[in-house]
Amino acid sequence: MLGKIVELIRLTATELSPDILSALKAARSREASYGAAQSIYDRILANADLAKEESIPLCQDTGIPIFRVNLPEHESAQNVHNILKKAVKKATKLNYLRPNAVDTLTGKNSGNGVGIGIPQVEITRWNKDYSEIGLMLKGGGSENVGAQFSLPDEDINANRDLDGVKNCVIEAVYQAQGKACPPYFIGVGIGGDRAGSMKLAKEQFWRKLKHSHPQLRDLEEDLLVKLNQLGIGPMGVGGSTTVLSVKADYLARLPASYFVSVAFTCWAFRARFLTIRRGEYTYE
Amino acid sequence: MNEFTLPLAEETVRSLRVEDHVALSGTIITARDLAHKYLVSNDIPELTPWLKDAVIYHCGPIVKKVGSKYQIIAAGPTTSMREEPYMADLIRKYRLKGIIGKGGMGAGTLKAAQKYGCAYFQATGGVAAITAQVVREVKAVYMLEEFGVPEAIWVLRVEKFPLLVTMDVCGQSLHHIIKKRSESKRNKLLFG
Ligand code: SF4
Repeated sequence: MLGKIVELIRLTATELSPDILSALKAARSREASYGAAQSIYDRILANADLAKEESIPLCQDTGIPIFRVNLPEHESAQNVHNILKKAVKKATKLNYLRPNAVDTLTGKNSGNGVGIGIPQVEITRWNKDYSEIGLMLKGGGSENVGAQFSLPDEDINANRDLDGVKNCVIEAVYQAQGKACPPYFIGVGIGGDRAGSMKLAKEQFWRKLKHSHPQLRDLEEDLLVKLNQLGIGPMGVGGSTTVLSVKADYLARLPASYFVSVAFTCWAFRARFLTIRRGEYTYE
Repeated sequence: MNEFTLPLAEETVRSLRVEDHVALSGTIITARDLAHKYLVSNDIPELTPWLKDAVIYHCGPIVKKVGSKYQIIAAGPTTSMREEPYMADLIRKYRLKGIIGKGGMGAGTLKAAQKYGCAYFQATGGVAAITAQVVREVKAVYMLEEFGVPEAIWVLRVEKFPLLVTMDVCGQSLHHIIKKRSESKRNKLLFG
């Protein structure tokens, strides 16, 4: 089992999944030939090839490992948590991960990739008969530009409605400029409390499909068009794609508050799944 | 793409313009926060000849020691803006001909770059695998004990490091241009 998780980490850190690769290729084709933007996609795609071929991390910032685990009733959760931690240590030793856990009080890097709250592990029970382990490696640059708004917000002309929500997202991406290695993937959390709203925003990165609610689907589609009008482009050098996808969801809120959280992921969107079904391991 | 061998001649630097693609070969020197702060008010005598007319790289590499040799595992650019308080002084002090980093720098750097003939080159962020490949040799390292691996001053030989000029001696900054452009778009989207 330990080896299978280390393999999940290796795969996530070194190989972009096919849908991300094709999104980047499509973005490349929307830029002018031989321009600055296109040359950046060429570098990104050449890097993806080399990283895969030589099994080295796509980016030196291998980020925070976020595991999302779904278990059938009979599996022990404690057991899984321990194995995940061990796997992170092993993958760090093998240079698939950079030692990325710094003790906030002492400033010391643990050196083995593990620290208080790192890796992040969320375990849920489900009523299926197999286990699924999702892993996302989320870099620090993209985490740093995440933003939270409390509406109404006069400065950005945002009231407590979906137009206000859109303004929050536009402002967050404008502020981020090229700092977190665009093109970006954007997650939006609407409502809830502060913590719940940001959590929801980040959970959107696991969702592949468009939202089933027509109002939110419209919001996602409209924002994608508007954000790309900002023209920030790959690595902030200007271009027609600043954002590759927008995913939004909502929670109920208190009458007194209306939070909007915006989470970012850089072009190096690294997320993979391992399914374990009757002793058989499948990577996706 | 234009290929240049380091050190860069002043007239070469003065001929570069924003959005030019270049590939640099030769010796570059890494410097991060601690190095900038230190070099503004101190000298490292053995390092000074390397720094004269040099190209500085804002980078904190991942380095592996193999026997007595160092090997660069990953060497992507770090955010340059953190060095803004020191950059103009260092450009003047060492007559730096170039800065490699990501995200661009501020008005102080742009002014010094104009005056002394220095260009800013943006490296693509995050493409660690291919960037490590252009580093062919670690020629020397300074302040390793004092600063630690990522902050130490690494003297590297690179071959055909592909870069984009984003700040030039005419005072143009691609970063400012893009920000201004996106700002007017933002205002229109937010306020109609
Ligand atoms: S933002 Fe992403 S691509 Fe850029 S340095 Fe961080 S992890 Fe790497």
